[in-house]
Amino acid sequence: MSTASDTPVAALDVPTRRALFVGFMHVGVQGFGGVLPFARRMLVEQHRWLTEREFTEVLSLSQFLPGPNIINVAIIVGNRFRGPLGSLAASVGLMLMPFIMVLVLAALYARFADIERVRGATIGVSAAATGLIIAMGFRMTRPMKRIPWQIAVTVLTFVAIAVLRVPLLWALAAIAPASVAFAWWAQRR
Amino acid sequence: MIPPVLVELAWQFGLLSFLAIGGVNALIPEIHRRVVEMEHWMTNADFAQAFAIAQAAPGPNMLIVSVIGWKVAGVAGALVATLAICAPSSMLTYAVALVWDRFRDAPLRGAIQQGLAPVTVGLVLASGYILARTADQTWAAFAITGVTVALVLVTRVHPLWFLGAGALLGALGVV
Repeated sequence: MSTASDTPVAALDVPTRRALFVGFMHVGVQGFGGVLPFARRMLVEQHRWLTEREFTEVLSLSQFLPGPNIINVAIIVGNRFRGPLGSLAASVGLMLMPFIMVLVLAALYARFADIERVRGATIGVSAAATGLIIAMGFRMTRPMKRIPWQIAVTVLTFVAIAVLRVPLLWALAAIAPASVAFAWWAQRR
Repeated sequence: MIPPVLVELAWQFGLLSFLAIGGVNALIPEIHRRVVEMEHWMTNADFAQAFAIAQAAPGPNMLIVSVIGWKVAGVAGALVATLAICAPSSMLTYAVALVWDRFRDAPLRGAIQQGLAPVTVGLVLASGYILARTADQTWAAFAITGVTVALVLVTRVHPLWFLGAGALLGALGVV
């Protein structure tokens, strides 16, 4: 089992730190409105650093751990091939260009915010982006359609955070362990 | 001497890093609560703009944190906020990744994933709700959000088109 992480699959490429940096940099620059699809394309199809199955495993671990999912993917993939420095190369490669670009955008916006059209465009973008997030939330409810306790947990979390405005730490501390316990119980039945 | 506001940014976002299960989208209500309601670093309108700018740039959606840092304390603030939201969770991920493969088939792992999934979904929907209340100040903006939700759910149009259409409608003065 433990050798699986040391030598992924001999047939696939083993990237250098530089290749990790450049590969993830491309992902960062391409990823408009969601980076993960581009990461999958780069890792599985373009460079063949991971198999489809390995990618799914890395992704599910990234989603379960706290932090930005795509950065967790970079950390795990970087470490798998080149240790801690690989993680650093992959994650810095991923963040560098988007970070610079968003600051340039923010500075441009601050300079031209007085122009009615610029302000209007920003409001339009945030309205559409809000719609994307709500739609993503609805999409994510699909796998749990017939699982009543999961729907109950979703509603409870929504009400606590959106309506009652309970601080996230307290909401998570109360809801997450109960939900995991429920899943454990449901699994054993 | 490090400016206190940078320490405060590092502290606030560093804490949030550990709470970001389901990614930064799930964190938006909490970021809004801290940044707008508690710290008064920015107004509702500023927050909506920061969100829009982050969405308009390529890259991970956690960039809203960089824009907030920039707004609060310039480029240094952006760097500190970005590192603070990434570094703690990244170190945790690194540590867990080292041992995770050993627990591949552990039943607890399945229970944790099944149990956290609905919490994440609730958080993402809460983000949408808070953003709609923050960003959609007019009926037209509300309509753009609603139409986007409907079209994303029934079509397979690339998300970027919706952002582009929103920008165009906004620039034409519709919202």
